[in-house]
Amino acid sequence: MLAYILRRLVFGAAVLVGTSIITFVIAFVVPADPAVTIAGAKADPQTLAMIRTQLGLDQPVYIQYARYLDRALHGDLGRSYIMRDSVTKLIAERFPATAVLALSAMVLSLALGVVMGMVAAAYKDRAVDHSLLVVSLALISVPVFVLGTMLLIAGGLYLHSFPLGGFSDARSLIFPTLTLALGSGGYYSRILHTSLAEVMGQDYIRTALSKGLSRRAAMLRHAMPNALLPLVTLAGLDLAGLLSGVVLTETVFNWPGIGRLAFQAIFNLDIPLIMGTVLFSAFLIVIANLLVDLLYAWLDPRIRLGDEA
Amino acid sequence: MRARSGAMELIGALMVLSLVAIAAAAPMLAPHDPTRAVSPTYGEPAPPSRAFPFGTDELGRDVLSRIIFGARVSLIVGVAGMLMTMTIGVAIGLAAGFFRGATDFVLMRFTDVMLTLPALLLAMALVAVLSPSLINILIVIGLVSWTQVARVVRAEALSVSQRDFVVAARSLGASPIRLIARHLLPNVLPLIVVMAALSTSGTLLLDAGLSFLGLGVPPPTPSWGRMIQEAELYFRVAPWLAAFPGLAIFYAVLAFNLFGYGYLRRQRR
Repeated sequence: MLAYILRRLVFGAAVLVGTSIITFVIAFVVPADPAVTIAGAKADPQTLAMIRTQLGLDQPVYIQYARYLDRALHGDLGRSYIMRDSVTKLIAERFPATAVLALSAMVLSLALGVVMGMVAAAYKDRAVDHSLLVVSLALISVPVFVLGTMLLIAGGLYLHSFPLGGFSDARSLIFPTLTLALGSGGYYSRILHTSLAEVMGQDYIRTALSKGLSRRAAMLRHAMPNALLPLVTLAGLDLAGLLSGVVLTETVFNWPGIGRLAFQAIFNLDIPLIMGTVLFSAFLIVIANLLVDLLYAWLDPRIRLGDEA
Repeated sequence: MRARSGAMELIGALMVLSLVAIAAAAPMLAPHDPTRAVSPTYGEPAPPSRAFPFGTDELGRDVLSRIIFGARVSLIVGVAGMLMTMTIGVAIGLAAGFFRGATDFVLMRFTDVMLTLPALLLAMALVAVLSPSLINILIVIGLVSWTQVARVVRAEALSVSQRDFVVAARSLGASPIRLIARHLLPNVLPLIVVMAALSTSGTLLLDAGLSFLGLGVPPPTPSWGRMIQEAELYFRVAPWLAAFPGLAIFYAVLAFNLFGYGYLRRQRR
């Protein structure tokens, strides 16, 4: 098991290095001159040259990258060109709002997905199953910003004195949570439905049924633990994605999270901040991948002992 | 229940066809010029009326006509973006699954790295840097969405290439190109159809999201996503400005999803 964990750790680190290289290359080919971004278009050549030296932009690319990587490993993602503040600090300030939204959205998505998926599987090939399929497809097909906008419109028309944007109290969390959770809940229900149907066809379930266990008990106690595995993987990665900020939902609801920070960074071509938010997101995804892999290995010995490892 | 799962696919296909028809016949179907002020209410959005069933926007333009013409941009972006995504994804997936070994390792580790990058953020950053034009948006959509396709196609190619008939063809001395084109591709095709339908709806969502953030196809071409963005100022006074384009996007995405999931369901039986 230790060897497996070590291997996954090395793999995760290698992926992050790869991500940082791609991010760096993209930032490097950006046509905007950072010195001009900082000093303004009217700055004289001496000032621009000074800023470039200060930022190390006069160095060869690989040295710039090595410096960036070294600083990033020490938790320093550079300074924002526009907001004149440390990128790490800016992300840390926005993280709580994003985290609250991410967790509440994940809880609701999972609840929706598990309930809908289980009910659909229990009534497989009957009217309930077909209606739930159509409902979940409809939920998957609504773009988040359209759903968010519709909720805002409905709220504005019918719910006066209801917070319609910003992060103030628990009520302000309701609309953004619904916006994020309805679509992914629909998607989760499809995943669970498929994996439940697969597991229910396996021999050990047939054994359980033939010894007289009811279909419901077989599904809940014997099939669910195995059928939930694909959902765990997906939800783990999705949670990482949610925690790194959700641009569209945060934009619709004026939510003070990392997604809007990233959006502003992109509009200002604020390169350190763009790279910082992208790397932060990649870091969370790698961590989530690692945790999901370890959870799997712990639950299923075939993975850590099998030929995959 | 075979008939019913076939019905889903059929409804999806009919919905797609209706979109194609609307896009193709837009100049004939649209009651007004989508880019011109046609209502005397210039300066203020007007609610749906008999003359303008979906209302008019703050510039006096007919919302219905704009939605009809918007179908063109959406379909072009959806289908072309899907082709871009599928070309990259299928090529990488087939190569990795067929050649295995070092090729597989390198391609899949690259895919792993790309999967850690947040697609929307990456797309936004690239579009902002490259400036939003139709072709740039298509390239960006292809670049950020191929990973899932590559993974799924690789897994399928891996299992097909171990089946007896492929092994037999290989031992008869068939070239890799022949093996891929004649034996692998036809067997991966059903899966590719599903992925193509789902990637079209994914592209539509991504493009609508980009347009909503102001990074879509530039004006005056009407685009559903940007219509919603422009309607943001008038949420309380003119909800129809956002509601109708929202419904249009929903309809288009649902069409491709119904077709894709319906087809997938029938394949699984």
